[in-house]
Amino acid sequence: MRERLLCIIRKEFRQAFREPRMRSMLFIPPLVQLFVFGFAVNLDVDHATLAWMDGDRSYQSRELLAAFQGSGRFEVVAEPANDREVQQLLDASRADLVVRVLPGFERDLARGRSTSVQVLINGTNSNTASIVSSYASSIITDFASQVMQERNRELLSARQVAAPVSFHVPQLKLQSRVWFNPDLLSRNYFVPGIVVNIIMLITLMLTAMAIVREKEIGTMEQLMVTPIRPIELMLGKTLPFALVGLVDTVLVIIAALLLFHVPFRGSVLLLFFCAVLFLMTSLGAGIFISTISQTQQQAMMTTFLFFQPCFLLSGFAFPVRNMPDSVQYLTYLDPVRYFMEIVRGVFLKGSGVSVLWPQMLALAIFGVVILTLSSLRFRKRLD
Amino acid sequence: MSVRRLMAVTKKELLHIVRDVRSLALALALPLVMLLLFGYALTLDVDRIPTYVYDQDHTPESRELIDQFRGSRYFQLREAINNYKTAERGIDKSAILLSIVVPRYYSRHLLSGDEADVQLLVDGSDSNTASIALGYADAVIESYSAQLRSNAQVRRGGQPMRVPVDPRIRVWYNSDLKSKNFIVPGLIAVTMMIIASMLSSLTIAREWENGTMEQLLSTPVRPGELVLGKLLAYFALGLADMAISIIVGVFIFQVPFRGNAGFLLFTSCLFLFGALSWGIFLSATARTQLMAFQMGMLSSFLPGYLLSGFIYSIHNMPRIIQIVSYIVPARYFVTILNGVFLKGVGYRILWLEVLMLAIYAGLVFWGASRKMRLKVA
Repeated sequence: MRERLLCIIRKEFRQAFREPRMRSMLFIPPLVQLFVFGFAVNLDVDHATLAWMDGDRSYQSRELLAAFQGSGRFEVVAEPANDREVQQLLDASRADLVVRVLPGFERDLARGRSTSVQVLINGTNSNTASIVSSYASSIITDFASQVMQERNRELLSARQVAAPVSFHVPQLKLQSRVWFNPDLLSRNYFVPGIVVNIIMLITLMLTAMAIVREKEIGTMEQLMVTPIRPIELMLGKTLPFALVGLVDTVLVIIAALLLFHVPFRGSVLLLFFCAVLFLMTSLGAGIFISTISQTQQQAMMTTFLFFQPCFLLSGFAFPVRNMPDSVQYLTYLDPVRYFMEIVRGVFLKGSGVSVLWPQMLALAIFGVVILTLSSLRFRKRLD
Repeated sequence: MSVRRLMAVTKKELLHIVRDVRSLALALALPLVMLLLFGYALTLDVDRIPTYVYDQDHTPESRELIDQFRGSRYFQLREAINNYKTAERGIDKSAILLSIVVPRYYSRHLLSGDEADVQLLVDGSDSNTASIALGYADAVIESYSAQLRSNAQVRRGGQPMRVPVDPRIRVWYNSDLKSKNFIVPGLIAVTMMIIASMLSSLTIAREWENGTMEQLLSTPVRPGELVLGKLLAYFALGLADMAISIIVGVFIFQVPFRGNAGFLLFTSCLFLFGALSWGIFLSATARTQLMAFQMGMLSSFLPGYLLSGFIYSIHNMPRIIQIVSYIVPARYFVTILNGVFLKGVGYRILWLEVLMLAIYAGLVFWGASRKMRLKVA
């Protein structure tokens, strides 16, 4: 049994590594993915483009502009002079927001009248827009409270020592402490998730395609007349790709640590153990897809149709918490979700078995069930 | 180039498509599944943030503060806790996203007119959600603080103190800030890019792999006709997909459509032509279907998702990646779709994008035919 198994593993490896282009295809896509994800996937809003429309041109309005510029989050790209230019800037998406100071701004402030600053936000991308809007309103509110303090101080000095205590105004101050990712970098959140993406795609697709190719080209019959038993064939087909998947994982983790300096706070061993648990699921699914597909094109499209929802519902880019309740229940059926939680927990939070055991249990159950069912089906298909 | 031969190739390819019912069904189902998923389930909008409250003060003032959070639809107060340990545990297990701590002596500070602290513990691992949640919390505290100040002023017999500057924020194009409204149009571009290259990337590789290419070559069909013929067949399928996506987007998800339908049709055709040509180019390059597929995924799926500005804004990327994104056709199409759907703009604003799509389609088609000719010769 061992000998036959080794034979088929050797054949599979040779087939995968024979062609130089194929060889590179096994290892380059994961790294390219990592680069692209690490650099491009970024929901942080660092340099929102701001168009400044100053109808007042006074000391105070320049102070407000300085507050925007000093925040480091806005970059002034234009100074439109009229409404038509504003419209054009927003239509062409050249500005994320337009801040408009009305004439008489300084005068109103000096007289203690209340005035307003208009902010027009390009809402096309609602996510950027809501972040930009909260930045802008906090800058303006800060500016307002500074103005108010100054005014109080002036009143105080004008009245001399009339009743200084009464000028204390109650004020709330928010002190936030951000855990695990204090700089709020989205890279730290996304890069660990890529590990999951890569293991899943490599093992699922390569397994399914490798088996279906034998069917399509007709070499499956040749394999069947050899003394190889179905279980050996299956193991032989899956183990090489499992290995490739694990090697890719290591590669990606190393690159994540060296290139992107993503914190890794947990245990490597735990992560590996969970990766193996997860491999049972993804290899099992690959085998299952191979039993229901006749051609490589079918296998590929089925893989895609399976992979895509699993991945999107896993919480990789879109948090599970934001989904409607019914869909949240549905995500419990998605094995990728558990692995995603484990990987992020291990990387960012340094969680151990005591926190992650429910996810690990779920992965183990999914793995055993899927792998058993699809091996049974695979065997029946061959007989 | 002969129309008769061209039509023959197209007809043969259409037969291929129609005969493989499952692939056909999958090709039509994929955009539907993606749209339904994104339209219903996937959103970046943050609300109902699960929150613990740790009230160390236990006074009417602290309870009033907590009620401010309870009244906001963005926060969902789970339970009152009485130590930091529970908060830590909750964040560790991702049961909650943030925890509000009202320190002891909060009310004393507040009543004596000092600055009173409110602490917030935030799980920052998902930086986007965290920064939006922080923004909401900030807004709640700010407005409550302003209200307190004004009340205090009135109590002292003064006039209610007015906030000197008040930000008046108006959001254009997507005034409810629904992520669905920008994800659905962008998604149409991304799905089309993936489908187009997936559909066409296998078509020539399959002929090579199955050995039917030799048969084709012995017929009088010329390489250019072969490429164009195959392309036309998939063009029909792609247009069907496009129509399904747009209808579902507008009628089921109620995404506003403010632009011109003719303009949309024209740009869609340009985009589809370019994306399909790219698939055929890959197919002519790769010898096996697996290779073609891998290359197709790598060159269309990832850039389509990530470098098109569909979700992740290109402006925030490092310079070098921004430059790379100029060669991703989906980038232009996403801009066009967002413009047509949400902004209702046309050629006057989007002419550059349309031009780029046309150039891309022309170049890639030329490349594909040339590659085919070289391969055959």
